[in-house]
Amino acid sequence: MKPAPFKYLAAGGVEEAIAALAEHGDEAKVLAGGQSLVPMMNLRLATPAVLVDVNRVAELSGIAANGSLELGATTRQADAERSAAVAARAPLLAEALRHVGHPGTRVRGTLGGSAAHADPAAEIPAVLLALGAELVVHGPEGERTIPADDFFVSTFTTALGPDELLTRIRLPSNGDAWGFAEVARSHGDFALAGAAVAGARIVLFGVADRPLRAREAEDALSGGATPVEAARLAAAAIDPTGDAFTSAAYRRDVAAVVVRRALEQAAAR
Amino acid sequence: MTHGAIVEGEVVVRLTVNGEERRGIAEPRTLLSDFLRHELGLTGTHVGCEQGACGACTVRLDGVPVRSCLLFAVQAEGASIATVEGLATGGELHPIQRAFSSEHGLQCGYCTPGLLLTAQALLEENADPSELAIREALSGNVCRCTGYVGVVASVMEAARLLREAT
Repeated sequence: MKPAPFKYLAAGGVEEAIAALAEHGDEAKVLAGGQSLVPMMNLRLATPAVLVDVNRVAELSGIAANGSLELGATTRQADAERSAAVAARAPLLAEALRHVGHPGTRVRGTLGGSAAHADPAAEIPAVLLALGAELVVHGPEGERTIPADDFFVSTFTTALGPDELLTRIRLPSNGDAWGFAEVARSHGDFALAGAAVAGARIVLFGVADRPLRAREAEDALSGGATPVEAARLAAAAIDPTGDAFTSAAYRRDVAAVVVRRALEQAAAR
Repeated sequence: MTHGAIVEGEVVVRLTVNGEERRGIAEPRTLLSDFLRHELGLTGTHVGCEQGACGACTVRLDGVPVRSCLLFAVQAEGASIATVEGLATGGELHPIQRAFSSEHGLQCGYCTPGLLLTAQALLEENADPSELAIREALSGNVCRCTGYVGVVASVMEAARLLREAT
């Protein structure tokens, strides 16, 4: 029995989940796929007093393709990875999902859970930022939509209020010019640096406290810069930190490499 | 346990394990892995890292191979769970188990239950997987003896045995 004690609610619907979040405030956590939250609870890095399980809320799950791609927040990563609609409309997401953990975690892990968890080295937040996704959240006041540019605030921190639930992710089609590259110590590990490119947007992940747009590089690319030049600008604009495995200087070098690779992929499509 | 109510303290969890209806007592924080082992006495599910990294505790939840250390037993209320104990029938090893034996797919055996159940799910989806597809499917299952060559050979052999049997 690893985690600290908590109270558990298997929410039957969105309203019930929000009511529980409103009642318990920041003592409560939403449980989606649990592939990030439960390890943290087992290590007692997270000790929520109340867990609001949204896995049985059917309306939160599923993929619909209308004008844009609408992804339910608890859609499993493995289901999105295999979705024909995602492959056709957002191949950048389909490609990035192959790098999220392992098949054995993607069958439970959810798209919305990864976004709301906001690990700065995670692939899904970076892809949502690159695609200019909109995140639809529900709270006691009703529904609001947060652009990905405003959603990811810092490490494990988003624009979600403590009584708000991420319910859907709306993705525009990503067009033809897209690329994805990351370098990790082993496949399935969090990237030590990665890049996602969609159209004119270049996003780096694993190099700061949140996924970052490389705006100087985006502007230079629009002005005719080569991938190598844009990659150099992107790497110069970040201020990465080192850790036990990777120095800050190496991480910056790798950032330039992944941006160049992603831009070259985008140019070749 | 009833849905829609806040659960605190011990509750009765009912679920199906290897085709048999079972019940046991769990707190909300009781991991499914611990529930299977301590409450139901099914110690074939091995507990490795308890943080989702190793895959040793993999069981099948309504057919899907999942890490039982990252699920709470209360989440499995009403679900159908398959563990390694359910593989052999009537004293006969499952073809995947026979293949792991003949192709030396295990050394210490600690990771084996998780590998067997992950391989079973793969082979139900793909009766003739390539070596690459096997390695990808098993990439979340760590063998600290590092016996991966034997593991991959075992899954290839299991695929052959299962194709022959149908």
